[in-house]
Amino acid sequence: MDTTTFVVALSAILFTIGVLGVLLRRNAILIFMSIELMLNSANLAFVAFAHRFNQLDGQIFVFFVMTVAAAEVAVGLALIVTIFRTKRSTNVDDLSALRG
Amino acid sequence: MSSDIILLVILGAISIGSALGLLLSRNAIYAALFLVLNFGVGAVFYLILNAPFLAVIQVTVYAGAIMVLFLFVIMLLGAERLSPGENPPGVQYQRPLAIILGVALLVLAAVVLFTRQPIAAASATPPVDSSPLAVGLTLYGPYVFPFEVVSILLLVAMIGAVVLTRNK
Repeated sequence: MDTTTFVVALSAILFTIGVLGVLLRRNAILIFMSIELMLNSANLAFVAFAHRFNQLDGQIFVFFVMTVAAAEVAVGLALIVTIFRTKRSTNVDDLSALRG
Repeated sequence: MSSDIILLVILGAISIGSALGLLLSRNAIYAALFLVLNFGVGAVFYLILNAPFLAVIQVTVYAGAIMVLFLFVIMLLGAERLSPGENPPGVQYQRPLAIILGVALLVLAAVVLFTRQPIAAASATPPVDSSPLAVGLTLYGPYVFPFEVVSILLLVAMIGAVVLTRNK
């Protein structure tokens, strides 16, 4: 098993753990961290393939993924803080009403 | 070569272990610190995979800025104690269904990964230049339009965060 196969397999396992985190955990902050885990595993696969094909484009895409992740975290945590102000909870099961 | 494999296996075990720690942790602070460990291992993988600049960015932006933001919000809200995770009535099936679907996803990924014909590696023997200079020239050369789009995205996210959390 070469390095690329190993890292891509690890990336798949990490992505699956992130999916399980989103599906199983009920805390909004934990769900966000699981999404970060999934984005990071995608980055790992990008860098592994960039190494495999000896090109730089995969690494450039990792930059964009990191930027999108940073923007998503900023907006998402702002949403969580706003929801916590009104609901006093970060449990996503408590957010069953569309009305604020 | 065998020492490389041993190193990879150890790093992979740390990575999977910290991800499982994130999944199973009862305390949000511990979960965030497990995620920092996972990002640190990812930075080491980037170093192995000839991406030194990305490794530094990973440590500063991901493990540094983003995770500090997470820890800040967790401590600001005082939400570090997580409920034991009992599902309310109506979604009892959710936990076994999630596990089944997750395992199915992993099996599917393994099938795709290990049954396809291996793609030949690029034949060029010298590894591509991945110094910050080369990365910057690529970023501002062929990828300058996505770069500008991303700058607008960051601006929108900044405005959004300010607007969402302002006091009325």
